[in-house]
Amino acid sequence: MSVNKNIPKVDGIGLVTGKPAYTDDLASKDSLIVKVLRSPYAYAKIRNINTLAASKVNGVELILTHKNVPDKVYTRAGQSAPEPSPYDKKILDEYVRYIGDEVAVVAGINEEVVDKAIKKIKVDYEIFKPVIDYEKAIGNNVKVHDPDCGTVRFDIGRDASKNIAASYHMEIGDVEKEFKKSDYYYEDVYYTQAQAHLAMEPHSAYAYLDLQDRLNIVTSTQTPFHVRRIIGQTLDMPLSKIRVFKPRIGGGYGGKQFIHGEFFVSLVTLRTKKPCKLIYSRKDVFSASNTRHPMRIKLRIGAMESGMINSLEMKILSNTGAYGEHSLTVLMVAGSKTLPLYNKVDAVKFSGDVVYTNTTPAGAYRGYGAIQGNFALESAIDEMAKLVKMDPIEFRRINMIKEGETSKIFEVMGEGTEGTAQIIKSCKLEECITEVKEKINWDKLYPRTVIDENTVRSVGLAIAMQGSGIPYIDMGSAILKLNDDGFFNLLVGATDLGTGSDTVLAQIAAEVLEIDTSKIIVYSSDTDLTPYDVGAYASSTTYVSGNSVYLTAKKMVEIMKDRAKKLLETEEVQYSNGVFKSKDKEITLADFSNEMYYGEDMQQLVASESYYGVKSPPPYMACACEVEITKNTGKLKVLRCVASIDCGVTLNPNLAKIQVEGALVQGLGMTLFEHADRSEKGTLYNNTFLTYGAPTKMEIGKLDVSFVESYEPSGPFGAKSVGEIGIDTPPAVISNAIKNAFGIRMKELPITPEKIWEAINNK
Amino acid sequence: MIPIILNVNNVNYEIMVKPGEMLLDTLRKIGFTSVKKSCDTGSCGICSVLVDGKVIPSCSYFTMKIQNKKVITIDGVEEKAREIGQFLLDEGVDQCGFCTPGLIMSIIAMENELTEFTEENIKHYLVGNICRCSGYEGQIRAIKNYLEVS
Repeated sequence: MSVNKNIPKVDGIGLVTGKPAYTDDLASKDSLIVKVLRSPYAYAKIRNINTLAASKVNGVELILTHKNVPDKVYTRAGQSAPEPSPYDKKILDEYVRYIGDEVAVVAGINEEVVDKAIKKIKVDYEIFKPVIDYEKAIGNNVKVHDPDCGTVRFDIGRDASKNIAASYHMEIGDVEKEFKKSDYYYEDVYYTQAQAHLAMEPHSAYAYLDLQDRLNIVTSTQTPFHVRRIIGQTLDMPLSKIRVFKPRIGGGYGGKQFIHGEFFVSLVTLRTKKPCKLIYSRKDVFSASNTRHPMRIKLRIGAMESGMINSLEMKILSNTGAYGEHSLTVLMVAGSKTLPLYNKVDAVKFSGDVVYTNTTPAGAYRGYGAIQGNFALESAIDEMAKLVKMDPIEFRRINMIKEGETSKIFEVMGEGTEGTAQIIKSCKLEECITEVKEKINWDKLYPRTVIDENTVRSVGLAIAMQGSGIPYIDMGSAILKLNDDGFFNLLVGATDLGTGSDTVLAQIAAEVLEIDTSKIIVYSSDTDLTPYDVGAYASSTTYVSGNSVYLTAKKMVEIMKDRAKKLLETEEVQYSNGVFKSKDKEITLADFSNEMYYGEDMQQLVASESYYGVKSPPPYMACACEVEITKNTGKLKVLRCVASIDCGVTLNPNLAKIQVEGALVQGLGMTLFEHADRSEKGTLYNNTFLTYGAPTKMEIGKLDVSFVESYEPSGPFGAKSVGEIGIDTPPAVISNAIKNAFGIRMKELPITPEKIWEAINNK
Repeated sequence: MIPIILNVNNVNYEIMVKPGEMLLDTLRKIGFTSVKKSCDTGSCGICSVLVDGKVIPSCSYFTMKIQNKKVITIDGVEEKAREIGQFLLDEGVDQCGFCTPGLIMSIIAMENELTEFTEENIKHYLVGNICRCSGYEGQIRAIKNYLEVS
């Protein structure tokens, strides 16, 4: 058996011993160095840019400005075409729209030369008043984008004249009518902040021309095929002239589902014919890559005396910053991956606007709207439980979705498009809650324990759901090739970000082929050599790419059996555990493969299949924390964080567990510490690890993650996704725990000691 | 440019460096790509190497200060790195791997420096090794298994 087994990551030993694996390790030593001159102003027009002195610096090879690059709009979002993101970005523009926006690009023989040249570029800016506060963006006199510029691939509700990048609205039933019937009603407004991804490897891209004069781009991307398409269509190059290859990458979490330096290295290499590389500095990563979308979320909820929720409404204002990457889809997921949790309502409404401001663009980030929506919804659920005087766990139990049920939202809301109806075939949320309740010792610790007059301990709980890929939009595919000696190459477009997807996909193939995982050699993420896959996002790799590997391996077994019949001169062949058997003869896979290479009737056996989802089965989880809060400082310590997850069958339990543990800590970081905070002028205050406040080993208490196994019939060997869901619950869990401690509701992230202290003292 | 002799993994390299050059950049320049670049401010632990047995962030250490000292990168302790690395792999905690060589160098330094290993002092010693993938819990499980701490 290969699945449901803790196979170590196939690339692990090379990575941990520091072998050359990442883009910057692989870049040729004679690469030109590429750096970007970035805007010091939040909003300005470049009246004039003089590069003469800079170009005379010895060793400078090329300077790019808006005057000598293609004048074409595109979106940096790595999404399937047609993208639900507005085309509102130019490679280089005469307008700069946030502090960090690209002004010019310099390529030279080394860093010193490039740094010197950058200093000599003279830019004359016409400075505009920026829009920084996103709550003042709609209807502001300042327009972040010229209403006549920018395009959309289909209607996403964009209206640049109002600073709106995208908007969405849906209603099932009549929420106002239902609220009038409600015995209890709660509404409030929640705020979430800009969070930085903090992938440890900075964004890196390296380009060179191969022997056929084709552009090769090695890049730390989550979406190599989308990068190839976007580069080709924007530079008017045939895609046949471009190869994009993702080597190992040092973390992504959504931040690399985005074009970063790829255009600049492409243009430099195309024009100089020389290899070049662009490695972001950490300050550039903070100020000029992307963040999570900050959101203001208004949540309205109505319930009956019986404790049943009858009406729900979520209304969102989301900040996409200077450009609209992922604006519509992150907004929609805030509703579509949270509201179906409570599927017994008579009416539900979701709406929102995504606005442009002169701040660092927002983009994809693990959780992708769901964490924002979950914070508001799961906090509001606790508030409503108190109003109806029910234990918050019991209140959830009677209202939440169960196996065999559905939600109308699945059908109505997709990601940028209409959704896909689905009946939930696997949901062990009930069991997850029971497990978490027992492990956290809820009955004893809820709501609070007073330790001394200054110290209170309390518990809080929340539940979450996610999806598994985007149905009818995102596709994965695989190729299996049988080699002599009976081992296989598995070629997949799927993009391993360090999550271990290469390993999990090899396990799936090995399970079907009934051989050891070590006999499957995986090669992934190369637009020349591997079949198409959308890449790593939307919790899709195990489910979508995994299904394509499953189908491919099944096909390979059939192809091999057909050939074995001929070889064994029989009508009937059985295959199991690496041996083909007829009634009276048998041949091992190794011998069979040698026959295919060197026997009488030779053939290279290859199988390939593709898969796209026809639904998106959600994984589910429950999470609870025990916290200790010190009244006189407001300090909150997470003592324990207990989580129980239903992600179907865990194909590699260790790797699944680390996905959840890692996500929980990113979620706790967002809840308690992290904030890409900026001044009124748009300057980022915290653009280093020293000032940003990512969690270390000391901040987080004990994590206790376990799985409740379900079987998802549409998943490979019963699996659903696990990559994102772990991040969703911490904000509501902590906010609920604080409410249980002091009766105060924290509605704005991050929940810092200052805010807690203030709330306690102003109570 | 100033000529210096840099001793890395017990091999002398005669090289030219700039006065303000950081050890991380020098090491990568002469081929030690095992030392990764991440935060630029000495605060993430990824570029950790040993200088005369003590663990330091090489991104914030002048190469000029290294004269007459011995630098050890993970390439110089391959066998030990594989041994520790296997414990990390067994927990599935290697993940993207970008921070792991630095973590392993810190673990080696910790073994040399600490006399007693508890979960608390392990966490305290390794607090400067940031990891965004793992959530740390699995790293601690692996390190405790390696050190045979219950």
